[in-house]
Amino acid sequence: MRGAFAKTLVELAAQDDRIMLLTGDLGFMALEIFADRFPKRFVNMGVAEQNMIGVATGLAEAGFIPFAYSIVTFASLRPYEFIRNGPILHHLPVRVVGVGGGMEYGHAGPTHHGLEDVSVMRTQPGMTVIAPADGAQTANALRETWHLPGPVYYRLGKNDKVVVPDLDGRFELGRLQTVRDGGDLLLVAMGGITHEVVTAADTLAQQGIQCTVAIVASFNPAPIDDLAMLLARFPLVLTVEAHYVSGGVGSLVAEVVAERGIGCRVVRCGVTTPPLAASGSQHYFQHQYGISAAALVETARRELVKAQ
Amino acid sequence: MSTIHSTAIRQIILEQSKRANVGHIGSCLCVADLIAALYGGILNIPSPRDPDRDRMILSKGHAALALYAALHLKGWITTEQLNTFYTDGSLLGVHPEHVLPGVDFSTGSLGQGLSFGAGAALAARLQHSSRRVFVLVSDGECNEGALWEAVMFAAHHQLSNLIVLVDLNHQQAFGYTDDVLKMSPMAQRWRAFGWDVHEVDGHDIAALEQTVASLDTTSGPPHVLVASTTFGKGVSYMERQIKWHYMPMNDAEYAQAQQEVAASIIEVAP
Repeated sequence: MRGAFAKTLVELAAQDDRIMLLTGDLGFMALEIFADRFPKRFVNMGVAEQNMIGVATGLAEAGFIPFAYSIVTFASLRPYEFIRNGPILHHLPVRVVGVGGGMEYGHAGPTHHGLEDVSVMRTQPGMTVIAPADGAQTANALRETWHLPGPVYYRLGKNDKVVVPDLDGRFELGRLQTVRDGGDLLLVAMGGITHEVVTAADTLAQQGIQCTVAIVASFNPAPIDDLAMLLARFPLVLTVEAHYVSGGVGSLVAEVVAERGIGCRVVRCGVTTPPLAASGSQHYFQHQYGISAAALVETARRELVKAQ
Repeated sequence: MSTIHSTAIRQIILEQSKRANVGHIGSCLCVADLIAALYGGILNIPSPRDPDRDRMILSKGHAALALYAALHLKGWITTEQLNTFYTDGSLLGVHPEHVLPGVDFSTGSLGQGLSFGAGAALAARLQHSSRRVFVLVSDGECNEGALWEAVMFAAHHQLSNLIVLVDLNHQQAFGYTDDVLKMSPMAQRWRAFGWDVHEVDGHDIAALEQTVASLDTTSGPPHVLVASTTFGKGVSYMERQIKWHYMPMNDAEYAQAQQEVAASIIEVAP
């Protein structure tokens, strides 16, 4: 997704000279295409994320559209109060770009796992929050939202190879996208884990369980009506996110179920334990947290039995 | 020569603090001369909405009442607006909000204004504008680590159009700075980070104006005026007293404060 982001940002920056790219000293082998083409509009801020957001606020007040880039945790959590008192309070077009949502930096350990960024961003009504599922959706989400007047948070995966089958890059602000249309079970996914969810749905289909897979990439504004219509058709929904289960897509779905009075049981699949002080691959952590395709198949079958 | 008299700023600070029955009086009195110098002569602001105006960020946002007084004396906010200070629904709160004409950035959380200012200064350079950016910070605010990120950034990028004023009053909310978290020698710290440092008397308006006029804001390092001030300046019983960071005045205290501030006009008259 970050490759698609950088490539699309170069396209947009060629058309609009207000676009700037700031980085907290990250982006090796990813941001060079922007830095080489627009050296005056690229600033490596050093390892100083709070100042990066403050400077972006000052630039935006003067008419620029700065994108501030770092790994998810350092982009969202370290400068959170700057984001709150800067672009959100001033309603300025700063774009905060977090790369490596979930456990994509698995071996780097818990300091590098982005597990609560959507939660803390989504709680700010003044912040548009976008979490695409693959590269093509990232490109279209960026094309649709780069020019919004207020701030935007983009939660990106760093993997550019993953493609969500049949999504075809579809994105619309405030809407959800579906890629499977079965009547037995609803799966709602967010972000880079989506391809695991589709794999799980296809495995379940081979076992005679037909799933609908819905993808939420637009969190603020959230696809409330789309979700409500879908949820009303199912007795059971599994939400899946490489994120703590509080505040992300699981919470969003639970809010819609509760606020609309929908009779659908919500099973939230995601991270529920304190940070694991262990090293491992993304796949290892997906398995540990029960959100690998295989683990999701097991959970789906178990919960469907309970529902009978 | 400043077109705004700091005595008028102090009188407004006292009136409004008394009417609203709130504190932060000492912090506001402390910066009255800095604010008078800025708004009375230094700042180039044809109108508060002019995109090419100098920017001014009151990073020590708790001195907002001193700023409101200057904005009122400039004619940018009316008496009616000024009199809404601290009332429900007012744009004039304890800390300044950017929605008010003349306030470029909202502040209140210490250590953030200088980063906004560094961005504003970089923007001016990229837009080939000669506008300058002023940021007024407190010495206690320099406790914030994020402020030093901005200090490093501004020096690295040689933001010569960025001018910081440090209100060096040697005290902070709950104690004296040397006892809480020592920031001295303040000037040497900024110098070590590569800034052009000027140590000035923060109550000498003419000296402040002359110092700023002498700065090269087209090339070279960013500038800082380390301005020595007296907390609560102008009201004898408030000077250097921690409690006047917080306390409102009773009627007797208010009468004495106004009397002393009014008397200061006679003192400085030729």
